[in-house]
Amino acid sequence: MASVTLTVNGKQVTATVDPRTLLAQFLREHLHLTGTHVGCDTSQCGACVVHVNGRAIKSCTTLAVSCDGALVTTIEGIGTPDNLHPMQAAFRENHGLQCGFCTPGMIMSAIDIVNRRGNKLDEHTIREELEGNICRCTGYHNIVKAVAQGAAAMN
Amino acid sequence: MSAKTGVGASVLRKEDFRFITGKGQYTDDINRQDQAYAYFLRSPHAHANIKKLDVTAAKKAPGVLGVLTGDDLAADKIGGLICGWMIHNKDGSPMKAGAHPALAQGKVRYVGDHVAVVIADTYQQAKDAAEQIHVDYQVLPAVVDMNKAKGSPAIHDVAPDNVVYDWHLGDKAATDAAFAKAKHLTKIDLVNNRLIPNAVEPRAAIGDFDSGTGIYTLYTTSQNPHVARLVLSAFVGIAPEHKLRVIAPDVGGGFGSKIFIYAEETVCVWAAKKVGRPVKWTADRTEAFLSDAHGRDHISHAELALDDKGKILGLRVKTKANLGAYLSTFSSCVPTYLYAPLLSGQYDIPAIYAEVEGIYTTTAPVDAYRGAGRPEATFVVERLIEKAARETGTDPATFRRKNFVKSFPHQTPVIMAYDTGNYTASLDLALEMADYKNFAKRKKDSAKNGKLRGIGFSAYIEACGIAPSAAVGSLGAGVGLWESAEIRVNPVGTVEVLTGSHSHGQGHETTFAQLVADRLGIDIEAVSVVHGDTDKVQFGMGTYGSRSGAVGMSAIVKAVDKVIAKGKKVAAYALEAAEKDIQFKDGRFSVAGTDKSLAFGEVALQAYIAHKFNGQDLEPGLKEGAFYDPTNFTFPSGVHICEVEIDPETGVTDIVKWTAVDDFGNVINPMIVEGQVHGGIAQGVGQALLEGAHYNADGQLVTASYMDYTMPRADDLPSFNVGMTNTPCTTNPLGIKGCGEAGAIAAPPAVINAITDAVGHEDVPMPATPYAVWQACQKGARKLAAE
Repeated sequence: MASVTLTVNGKQVTATVDPRTLLAQFLREHLHLTGTHVGCDTSQCGACVVHVNGRAIKSCTTLAVSCDGALVTTIEGIGTPDNLHPMQAAFRENHGLQCGFCTPGMIMSAIDIVNRRGNKLDEHTIREELEGNICRCTGYHNIVKAVAQGAAAMN
Repeated sequence: MSAKTGVGASVLRKEDFRFITGKGQYTDDINRQDQAYAYFLRSPHAHANIKKLDVTAAKKAPGVLGVLTGDDLAADKIGGLICGWMIHNKDGSPMKAGAHPALAQGKVRYVGDHVAVVIADTYQQAKDAAEQIHVDYQVLPAVVDMNKAKGSPAIHDVAPDNVVYDWHLGDKAATDAAFAKAKHLTKIDLVNNRLIPNAVEPRAAIGDFDSGTGIYTLYTTSQNPHVARLVLSAFVGIAPEHKLRVIAPDVGGGFGSKIFIYAEETVCVWAAKKVGRPVKWTADRTEAFLSDAHGRDHISHAELALDDKGKILGLRVKTKANLGAYLSTFSSCVPTYLYAPLLSGQYDIPAIYAEVEGIYTTTAPVDAYRGAGRPEATFVVERLIEKAARETGTDPATFRRKNFVKSFPHQTPVIMAYDTGNYTASLDLALEMADYKNFAKRKKDSAKNGKLRGIGFSAYIEACGIAPSAAVGSLGAGVGLWESAEIRVNPVGTVEVLTGSHSHGQGHETTFAQLVADRLGIDIEAVSVVHGDTDKVQFGMGTYGSRSGAVGMSAIVKAVDKVIAKGKKVAAYALEAAEKDIQFKDGRFSVAGTDKSLAFGEVALQAYIAHKFNGQDLEPGLKEGAFYDPTNFTFPSGVHICEVEIDPETGVTDIVKWTAVDDFGNVINPMIVEGQVHGGIAQGVGQALLEGAHYNADGQLVTASYMDYTMPRADDLPSFNVGMTNTPCTTNPLGIKGCGEAGAIAAPPAVINAITDAVGHEDVPMPATPYAVWQACQKGARKLAAE
């Protein structure tokens, strides 16, 4: 067993875990933050994207212990129904989700894209930058619109 | 009622708040007190007899609560999984359905087949213990190629030649006569590639047993929890229906693959009682690839007979359909009654004859995947039509227009009676939106850049709103395909809508609320939709086949009408007027010719306090239910036009423009309907360009992860131009036809027709990978040079 200390959504947590524990497992099973989803186990679908020290990472292939001391932000940490993050609002306003399973990862990736590439994103850039996230429902059409609107609103 | 939230408005979704904030409750997000975890030991072989299965060591491993096998199922008299649709052979004999135990009983039939389950305190302990199960396999030859299935070792003793059925539809003699008169024949051989649905949420299940009440609860990733309960009760024999509750909470995409009743959920709910703890299982992605029901997988030869003016005289089709190792819940009807009756497409075809052989192979079961039979039919029809237009030197739009059905109702030679449609209107709008008249110029411009540009049409039809119970019963279905609804009005006038439909991305919590709020003249926020729990909703047939609008919402309309009728009685007492004088409009019950009226909520309160009427004359309360059984299928149709640009040096296909014009009849929420179109097109483009399940000769699935099975990502697709026409359905009260599968049906032939147009060669397989397209470019170039 190994000890790990993280600051998740602003709250410090310390736990003793099996060293095999993945960050996604830790968030879901130890902290009951089930908004982070696991879709593929192989870093392909992006349903598990969270921010670690301000950068988007795939938590399904990251060991929790490797994040010791890090600041972690999950979908639960960016907004609430009464106080949505602009990117969350943009996904809703553009019908950028259907079943909702990929959505938390999409939103966390989208915020990361804006952090790296700025607020003015053209369609081509958004499509290329979403390479690491799979949505099976929307055909991406409305996700692309949502990311552009959310990016502008984050200005 | 505000125009902003009524029927026809693009109302933003009510359910979104929980999904965008991470508060959705999918099956794997649910945890039961003291739950244990299941791990399934799966067959590493495609086909083998189990000579010996020794679980002694595994049972003693740390944390293990139980190791269960097919023998334990048999000892508990737990029945096998069933196929709910009986197909008859040409000679009238029934199909040959082999037994499908939830855990193997003496034999495994595909890689991933369920050998045993280990239940332990943690998932890791269960997985570790499974390595200590010793299985002595006698390996048998894999049967992977449908063309070689006959003569291979029998997968099931009941089907010695590995043929499940040899079925046909249509008039052979009339079709032969039509072909005898033909002036031109167009022939085509097609493979409809095998797909793996891949909802991003993997399947999951939690079985729970309350020893105090004797009630089982199953949480499961299902599109139709009541059907799951019916099968697990009446056929598998877990428990009678009143002792089994099935909950399908938020479900992360289905696309057909979550219709079926699977081994894992069966075992989890059964095992919960055996180990005395809740049992949870969540598929990892490779398990999902191995054991989710796959889709498509047809080999077809089709021929079209034309007269000297290019009018279609007849069509004949011969198809082999891979059904996998076991018959999944609805698998038998997909390549038969959901396929051949659609072979008339949008065309007036006097004679059609189709033959379908369903084949067992040592691969995962194949069942309905988005479109289910209809994409396969449309691919045959639209590839054949396109090829016929090219062979006769006719513009593909003109060829289609000439052969369209133009008067309705139209009886096809293959069961279906189209109630309404206007195929020319959709074609005209699509041609305009696609700027078809300037295509030649764009092609020239591409050529200047060394690129090949092509345009492809797909004029599809589908049969949705499945389905009239009497009709499907006569065709072999084991169930009726009606839908139920209940409207519960609370004393203050808020409303709960209980529906047998299930939403897993379709937005029912919004669209159903829109409909009810509109009809009752109340605020949409006063309406909530309840679904997915057999303890709350009495019964329902679930969501698939684009049926929840046409059938599910029609049931809601019936129940709403009953609520209004009861409300009028209540209002008559409350307003001291005759019932016949009570009118209901815009949310108010009023006495005709007076200024006396009560709002809907006031009438609801009167219904519950019941002070103004005698309970013997009128029952208190305001709650009504309805079952709606459709009288016909609905027939959505449309024209999609795909324009591609291909780099002949690399074979890379770029979809540069997509035009979709669909006739879904009346639309409740255009935003949601367009979203369904986008998603359908993406899956259809996935089939055409990227996706393909591949088993090697040993029966190993070599496309078993997201790194091997390619699905569309954002940069593989364009934005879509979506237009709509509307001929309202004439057979349901809302005039709705259904929209969920249209894109997946329309897209594959549109893409392949565009690529074959660009490269000048008809032989382009799906998926049309860069290598396949490059090869076609080479053949096409040779052909062009020879000309």
